[in-house]
Parts: sequence; structure tokens; C-alpha cells
Amino acid sequence: MNNSFIQINNISKHFADVKAVDDVSFEIKEGEFFSLLGPSGCGKTTLLRLLAGFEYPTSGNLLIDGTDITALPPDKRPTNMVFQNYAIFPHLNVEKNIQFGLRKLGLSNDEIDKRVKNVLSLVKLEGYEERFSNQLSGGQRQRVALARALVRQPKVLLLDEPLGALDKKLRDEMQLELRTLQKNIGITFVFVTHDQQEAISMSDRVAVMNEGKIQQLSEPNELYKNPENIFVSDFIGETNFLKAETKSRDGDFINVSIEGLGEFKIKNNLNIVENSSDVVCSIRPESMMISKVKSDWDICLDAKICQTSYLGEMTRFYVEAKGIEKIITVSSQHFDNQSFENNECFISISLEDISLLNKK
Amino acid sequence: MIKSWRKIYAKNDNIKAYTLLSPALILVILAMVVPMVLMLSFSMFTQVSMMEIDYTFTFQRYIDFFQKNLLVTLLIKSIKISFLVTLITLITAYPVCYYIAFYVKKNKMLWLVLLTLPFWTSYLLRVFSWKIILGTKGVINSSLINAGILNEPLTFLMYSETAVVITLTHAWAAFALLPLYVSLDKIDFSFIEAGRDLGLSRFEVFWKITFPLSLPGVIGAILIIFIPTVGDYVTPALLGGIEGRMLSNMIQAYFGKINNIPMGAASATIMLTTVVLITIIVSNVTKRLTQRLT
Repeated sequence: MNNSFIQINNISKHFADVKAVDDVSFEIKEGEFFSLLGPSGCGKTTLLRLLAGFEYPTSGNLLIDGTDITALPPDKRPTNMVFQNYAIFPHLNVEKNIQFGLRKLGLSNDEIDKRVKNVLSLVKLEGYEERFSNQLSGGQRQRVALARALVRQPKVLLLDEPLGALDKKLRDEMQLELRTLQKNIGITFVFVTHDQQEAISMSDRVAVMNEGKIQQLSEPNELYKNPENIFVSDFIGETNFLKAETKSRDGDFINVSIEGLGEFKIKNNLNIVENSSDVVCSIRPESMMISKVKSDWDICLDAKICQTSYLGEMTRFYVEAKGIEKIITVSSQHFDNQSFENNECFISISLEDISLLNKK
Repeated sequence: MIKSWRKIYAKNDNIKAYTLLSPALILVILAMVVPMVLMLSFSMFTQVSMMEIDYTFTFQRYIDFFQKNLLVTLLIKSIKISFLVTLITLITAYPVCYYIAFYVKKNKMLWLVLLTLPFWTSYLLRVFSWKIILGTKGVINSSLINAGILNEPLTFLMYSETAVVITLTHAWAAFALLPLYVSLDKIDFSFIEAGRDLGLSRFEVFWKITFPLSLPGVIGAILIIFIPTVGDYVTPALLGGIEGRMLSNMIQAYFGKINNIPMGAASATIMLTTVVLITIIVSNVTKRLTQRLT
């Protein structure tokens, strides 16, 4: 497998004064399901459009499979795109839409028919050949868009938030299906989304973007467990941020005083400097335990529940604790608000679940 | 009693629809249906003398029309002039609309208003201005002569078919802009990007995606220009001279100077039928052609 199948070298794209993509470099492996994740306006779609050839970079260059494609127009690139709104041609039926991209490939009629048939069965749309875009549901349109791009057998498939327009149930189904499809055909997928759950559940690797820069590029579980900065920690899942101040360093560990919790020795993964208040400590809501009685965990706080919200598979507690300014969120699968008398409770935290992050 | 009326009114959608339509319906009947019926009936009468009309039904006027070479020639010329006007307008207006729809990002409305600015003056004034531009001592001829390019003025510019085509094209261009712009502006740019993404060049994308999708606007523009220009008589009367005369000028004369109302009515009916037929054929052929393109 080629580890640098797609090379993105120092790519910048400026629109007037806005740096949509700001000096970004990374590589995508062959056959990988790669996601670009970030809030709207973070530059992820611009980066995808740069790969597709709809935009040209202000500086930097792009390589796919060893070929420099920076200056190539979209029709000369080994990529195909699934558009956010699917862009199914309304004046052509499903079959013609799918055939559309094949006419320039110089294939025989038999080969064209065979490919169309194969791709239709791949996306489970046999029997829909004669339908037009306005006679299809959202999910079917999405499949047509997918088939139309895949039938050309591109080296890279680009997907621009293709699941955004579907309802939740269908979206979950399509996530699984897309993932299976990608593993079966082995084409490299570059997937753009603002939905962190979608990116985490589908991808081999995820690049989290903000303000035109890559904030972190790693496997999904790493993003969640070891976020490299506040932005990633906040964007992926939920978390509580507490004020902290570092003291002296002790090998791989560092002494930290955390508001309301006290002073601890915590593993220093991110090379955080000594004697600094430019740090923050993050604790995930589900890593904490809420209980009626005191526990023997590393930290156990007296607390008061201000509000609860019942979410079905779990309950979320909003808790006030002494010495902590902000309200802490704790989630638990075992309690609902009726279990606590006078809303009094204990919050337990294990030291290994506390992570330190640089503010900048 | 009132209560039951209300009930009937509330339940019956047809009554509601007709109530809402009635002002327009009355207008259409008075201003369209009645005159049409009158015209059709008059085309089957005979003008006996200056003031006298014979009211027995006959199709002789229609036979007369096709036996008079002049009238058939004028009909064909009317169609030819209108066809040229429509074609030139489309060719000039389409790129402008394309540009506004896809490349202008801000103030699209302002662009459209600016384009229609010349059309805020009266139609007649514009026709007369073309006289000043195209005439033997007009702007074009005098500047060409002053520049030493010509010795004698170009005569085909004025009192000719050319003059009629130029003037009508300018006069009706604004009406082509709007339907074309609307149909192009509705096209999602991602269709064009998808075409490029699927391996087509800019040129191919235009003929296989953009143009077919803008077809409703194209047909709209064709009809909006062709129908009124084929029957226009002001421009040919003022700028056409003898060569640029159209059938409508003859119809006007039948109702006026010549005073043969049945003949005028028959000519008008024939013209109307021809226009309707051409309209149907044009929109069908355009659709067929596009289907073959894609």
C-alpha cells in the first residue's frame, strides 16, 4: 500500500483577505477512508474542491499517485466527486446520469452497459434506470450520485457532506453502507463532514480543521482520548474545562494545581511547560462517576445537582462543586434524578482521566 | 339563507376558483374572445363598396389571399424578418445572461436594471433614434464618410429589411433577457461542476448540461420575441421603406386606406394561424434537438 498516495504540500488558498486554507501539508494513504472534519468555514470543503480541481491553490502543490495535479482541470484528474446536493442532472434519467461520465473514456457499448449494471447493483438501485431525479428519494439520489462517480473507477472518491441532507435513521444506515462499500472496492475516500460522530465512526484517519489549519490528524480513538489542543478536545465529544496552573516538572510528569480539585502529579503528554497558567485541564463527562456515597477514587468531591436531562441511554447531570466556577457535566447510565436526596451527590474522578492542554 | 350560501361557498372549490378568476375572465372575454370572433366572422364576408358589406358566408377571402402573390410574399418576409430578429437577439442576449447568472456575484438586480435602462424611453422614440443612427446623413454614414472610408453613404442601412431587423432586435432585446436570465440563474452551479468532474470540457458541459437546462428560458424568449415582432407594423412603416414592408402593414392598409375589412380580417387570421403553427413547431424542434444533443 502506498502511504503517500495523495500528497498535499504547503497548500494555501486565499479568497481576497480570507485564508480559507492556510499552509496545510499532509498525506493520505492508498485505500484509506480519510475524513476532513471541522465547523463550517474551517476550510474543509475548500480543501476538497482544491483536490477536485474546482479551485486552484494560491500556493503549494498536490500530487495523486505520484503525478502533480496542481494545475490540471477537473476533467483531467483521477478524482470524482459526490456533491453535497448530489447534482443529479434533472434532464437525464438515472441510467443516462450514470453513463454520463463514461462517454469520454472511449469504452465499447458492451463495456458501458456492463459497468452501469455493476455499479447499479453495487448501490442497490437495479430497476431505477428510467427514473428522473425528481422521482427519487433523498437516499436514492445519494446512491445515484455515488454510482455516477464510482462508475468511472476513479483513484480517489471525494465526498462533500453527502449524508447531511438525510434524516438520522437513514444517515446511520448509509454510514455503515458507505464504509462497507469503501472496504469492498478499495478506492481511497476523502470525506468532508462537520459531524464529529460521522467522522469518528467511519474513518481510518481524521484531520480536524479549524481556521484553515489542521488542528490534529490521527486515528479516531486518538482524537477522542488524546486531543492535542483545546479546539479538538472541545469539538470531538463533550468535555469539562477547568482552570489549571502548572508547577514543577518531574520527569514524564508535571505538578498541577487544578481549581477546586487540588494539586496533583499528572502525565505530561504534550510537553507542557512549567510554572504556567496558559493551560487547561479537561475531563470527559462519562469518565466521572456520580454516586450517593463517598468513593475511594483519586478525587471525590461533594457536589449539588442543579439540573438533569434524561437522554434515554444515559442521564446527564449538571453539577455544582465547591471551588469550581463553571457547572460540570457528568453523564451516567445508572442514575436518574430521583435517586438523589436533596440533590446532594459525590463526584469521583480518576487521575488518569484528567488531561492537560495548552491554551494556545 | 346567507348561512347556507356560505356553506356552499366554503365547500365548493370551483365556485371559489371562478370568483377569483372572474375579473380576468371578463376582461379576456371582452378584449380577446369577442374581437376574435368578430374578426373571424368578418373574414368570411365581402366588401361590396366603400360603405357596404355583404354578410353572406364565403371562404373567397382566404382563396384571394393565396392567389395574391404580394400577400404571400409579405407573409414570408414577415416570418423571415422575425426569425432573424429572434435569432440575433438570442445570440446576443444569451451570453450576457450567462455572465450575469454565473459570474456576477453581487447586485445581479442592478445589472439587469442597467441592461433594461434604454427601454425606459418610449418605443417610438427609440425607433426614431435608429433613424438618426442609420440614415444617409446619420451617425454611421457621416462618420464613415468623414473618416474617408466611404465616398457614398451605405444605402442598405436605411429604409430596408436591415433597418427593420436592427431596430426590432434592439427594441425587443430586454424581453429576451429576463426569461433567459431566470432560467440560467436557476441552474445550480454544481451541475456544471459535476459535468466537468465527469470528464467533459467546458464546451461539452455547455451543450450537454447548461443549454438543455436553460431551454425553457430559450423557448420563452423565442416566443416572446417572435410573436410580437411578426405582427409589428410601426418599425417597418417608419424604417422599412418599400423593401422592409411586412404583412402587418398591408393588414393595416386593408382596414384603413384600402377599406377592405373582410380581406384585412382574413389576412390577420391567416397570420395568426401561421404564428401559432410556427410557435408549436419551434418549441417542439428545439426540444427534439436538445434531446439529441444530450
